[in-house]
Amino acid sequence: MRRQESIFAGIDWVTVILYLILVLIGWVNIYAAVYNEEHQSILDTSQRYGKQLIWIGLSLFVAFIIMIIDGKFYSTFAIPIYVVLLLVLVVVLVTARDVSGARSWIDIGSFKLQPSEFAKSTTALALAYYLSTLNIRMEDLSTKLVAAIILIIPAALILLQNDTGSALVFGSFALVMYREGLSGNFLLFGLAMAVIFIFSLLFTPLIMLYILGTIGVLVFFFQRKKTWRLAFSIGAALIVLMGMVYSVDYVFNEVLEPHQQVRIDVLLGKKDDLKGAGYNVNQSKIAIGSGGFAGKGFLKGTQTKYDFVPEQTTDFIFCTVGEEWGFLGAFLVIALFSALILRIVFVSERQKSSFARIYGYCVASVLLFHFIINVGMTIGLMPVIGIPLPFFSYGGSSLLGFTILLFIFVKLDGYRLQQLR
Amino acid sequence: MAYQPKHTERMYVMMGIVILVAITFLGRLFYIQVIDESYRLSADNNVLRYQVEFPARGLIYDRNGELLVFNEAAYDLMVTPRQAINIDTAEMCQILGMSREVFIQKLDEARAYSSRKPTVFQKQISGVTYAKLQEKLYRMSGFFVQKRTLRKYPQPIAGHLLGYVGEANQSILEHNSYYKKGDYVGISGLEKSYEEELRGKKGVRVIMVDVFNREKGRYKEGKYDTVAVAGKTVTSTLDAELQAYGERLMKNKTGAIVAIEPATGEILALISAPTYDPNLLVGRVRSQNYSILLKDTLKPLFNRALMSEQNPPGSTFKVLNALIGQQVGVLNVNTQYRCPRGYVSGRFRMGCHDHRSPLNLRESIQHSCNAYYGNVFRNIIDHTGKPWEGYEIWRNHVLSFGLGIKFNTDLPMEYAGSVPTTKFYDKYYGEHRWKSLTIISMAIGQGELGTTPLQLANMTAAIANRGYYYPPHLVKAIDGEAISNRFTEKQMTTINREYFDPVVDGMAMVFQQGGTGYRSRLDSLEMCGKTGTAQNPHGEDHSIFICFAPKDNPQIALAVFVENGGGGSKYGAPIASLMVEKYLRDTISRVEFEKVILDADLITNPPKKKETH
Repeated sequence: MRRQESIFAGIDWVTVILYLILVLIGWVNIYAAVYNEEHQSILDTSQRYGKQLIWIGLSLFVAFIIMIIDGKFYSTFAIPIYVVLLLVLVVVLVTARDVSGARSWIDIGSFKLQPSEFAKSTTALALAYYLSTLNIRMEDLSTKLVAAIILIIPAALILLQNDTGSALVFGSFALVMYREGLSGNFLLFGLAMAVIFIFSLLFTPLIMLYILGTIGVLVFFFQRKKTWRLAFSIGAALIVLMGMVYSVDYVFNEVLEPHQQVRIDVLLGKKDDLKGAGYNVNQSKIAIGSGGFAGKGFLKGTQTKYDFVPEQTTDFIFCTVGEEWGFLGAFLVIALFSALILRIVFVSERQKSSFARIYGYCVASVLLFHFIINVGMTIGLMPVIGIPLPFFSYGGSSLLGFTILLFIFVKLDGYRLQQLR
Repeated sequence: MAYQPKHTERMYVMMGIVILVAITFLGRLFYIQVIDESYRLSADNNVLRYQVEFPARGLIYDRNGELLVFNEAAYDLMVTPRQAINIDTAEMCQILGMSREVFIQKLDEARAYSSRKPTVFQKQISGVTYAKLQEKLYRMSGFFVQKRTLRKYPQPIAGHLLGYVGEANQSILEHNSYYKKGDYVGISGLEKSYEEELRGKKGVRVIMVDVFNREKGRYKEGKYDTVAVAGKTVTSTLDAELQAYGERLMKNKTGAIVAIEPATGEILALISAPTYDPNLLVGRVRSQNYSILLKDTLKPLFNRALMSEQNPPGSTFKVLNALIGQQVGVLNVNTQYRCPRGYVSGRFRMGCHDHRSPLNLRESIQHSCNAYYGNVFRNIIDHTGKPWEGYEIWRNHVLSFGLGIKFNTDLPMEYAGSVPTTKFYDKYYGEHRWKSLTIISMAIGQGELGTTPLQLANMTAAIANRGYYYPPHLVKAIDGEAISNRFTEKQMTTINREYFDPVVDGMAMVFQQGGTGYRSRLDSLEMCGKTGTAQNPHGEDHSIFICFAPKDNPQIALAVFVENGGGGSKYGAPIASLMVEKYLRDTISRVEFEKVILDADLITNPPKKKETH
């Protein structure tokens, strides 16, 4: 029998304290965003900050439960947990009602949960379990295929729920696979695809042909050996790339929904639609930009308080930070997030078990993805993709999901030391 | 069983991405939060609304406390296009009496200016329309009624002087940040000269609104709010009764009357005929009426009293030559000249009319003898031996009476007239290739001289004062406090006090038997005057008369100018004498005499060309 205090014995307090600070700051900003004179009690559960307080309590309780469960549980039951959540996703897809276009909610009594928020943890567990199996090498094609399938199934189910943002999150696991030996060329290829995607949207296929053709000719002339073989390869690459350009055109025009097309157009600066799709981003930038260096002060933010910024407690919570606390506040929040992610990477690397390390990288990648997309979108660097800012955004499923994601890792890290004893 | 990690170094790639992202975000945040100021403005535009409170424009009174200009409430229908959604257009059009197309066009125009800021949708809606609208307005989101004031004139007089108020135009908006689109500003007359005093100060309430434009309270507890300050009351120097009488006398004539209180330079009446009712240039009818007045061939908008500068002063100018002659020492009270029915020098002859001869200085004014002043003027110009020097001395004396210059007081659009320089003659005749005889017509106030009726009235005031004047001006007091500025600074003429007496005596004799103004005499009052005739190459001569009264301690000095009125004694003198009687006696004793003038219609029956004096 272990003693009770051993639950906290190997805990990485740096991670836990960063988590607690972020949750606290997040709550303060939710309070500020919905603050009005009539409801001043922080426990008023008719208001979002009151509800969020309940979710915070619940999350801390769940974190505690995670910590007392045996560390071996997570690797042992990784696959069953993964499968169960996939089933839940299917059930949601079949039964859920439409909530503003998305069918991702499940009612449990008076609570509403969004299972996709938990799919990130379960998929991370499954991926970590699979990749840490003996004799699995990332370099093998079969490994890549299986890993891809593990990611694609939940992503596809979530995509079918019409929650594109949450589905895209699964792309972030590419970073995990890169750490485990996936060739860097895959990431570069992905990056190149993204660049070509953007350029294809900006220019017509004919101009793209000129651009790519010029690059090809330049590459050819800067090579020492100008062989027929080289010329042939470049020609082939050109044909493939042009095929891509046309397929991007096709995907953009035929596959993407009109509102998604507009969002991308706005981001690329092709459209300046301040009343429609550009409204959110413009108002968000105004709120943050008007904060100045030191901010307007707690509860003094006019843009967020008077509802100029839409979704200000959820996806656009960072606006309240930027407006009321200024550059200094935004600096602090960005520093805290970066510190947390770097800490997780650092802690992951000290793991003896590859399961814990891979899982740690999954946590870091998911947090990083959310951070980039969410903050990037509020300051106009990323398209408007509705995903929450971890620990900050209002919403029980999101807070609970990220807490579980993080605390399983905290538990795994603590378990490492327990094993040594 | 520990797995040997093979790619530990890749943790640095991961960490590098995190740090790169953090730096990118911080750079971007620094740019939009600290460097780029535009977001702060946009935020204010989102939240802050400036509700303007318009102060009441100041009232204008005449010198006796009679109201000349006051305000009347009017209502502008305003619209904030952004909020004007789900409007019952049909009902709105019905109330306003406009077609749907016009309604939509107006809304589009307002939107083109600004979709967030309120714009005038319909100016000065009637009281009836306002009453109908008021009941429905709560359902017409984005529309509201703003109370404005319109100027009203209890008497239809002094349109030229009072001026009018209109919406600030583009150029005013660009040059003066006080004015916003739709604000009213004084465009002409006193409304323009005293705009800053009359307009008062706009007040502003800064409020915060939410995204639905619902009021959310005052910005910073009203720290930036200001209270509207009503415009100041302006007391004009005008005598409304005299002004009205002058306008009556000038009816159906073109010309001007300017009456000045010599002791102060205060303008008692300033009439330009034909005139117009200032009420015509108010509110919605203004632009329509304005273009009618603008097209009128008699040019009612042209203020002849201040702007008619081409006409020579005629014989009224002889009094000035009499003064200058004494000052330079070529003339004294006993100097006599013969008049062989004209001034003769060699083969040159300048005609005169029939009167006894020879005449002394006083009589020369009474009879307006051309020969006398031909001699005087030549002596003045030639007294140094060099005509150009003599001319320059003469010219400086003339300028000291306010001729050839602008007074630059509070009068609207005044012209300078002309007293030619030696340079002008040097250029015209060749340097020093001219002599006194060349420019002899100026001896009798003809030739290249140009004077405005205002300048003649001021010259008369300077003579009445025996040597000085105050710049003629239109405002006495602001908010009950007498003005004290350069208008109240005494301007000395260059003529010594003692030289005025014989000239004034001569001007008094004008109203005596044999004088050119005898017909217009007043038995009960000693008046001083001088007739003048401005030669007019285009038609009948212009009738001019200058006059002041009483002879001792003068109360009023005036100049009358009647276009195509013939000799000065014909219309100028009677009108001047009636004005004096009106001002000093309040009732007109010479009813028949007055009737002739009131009935005279020089516009439909222009007189034929006759002899000149």
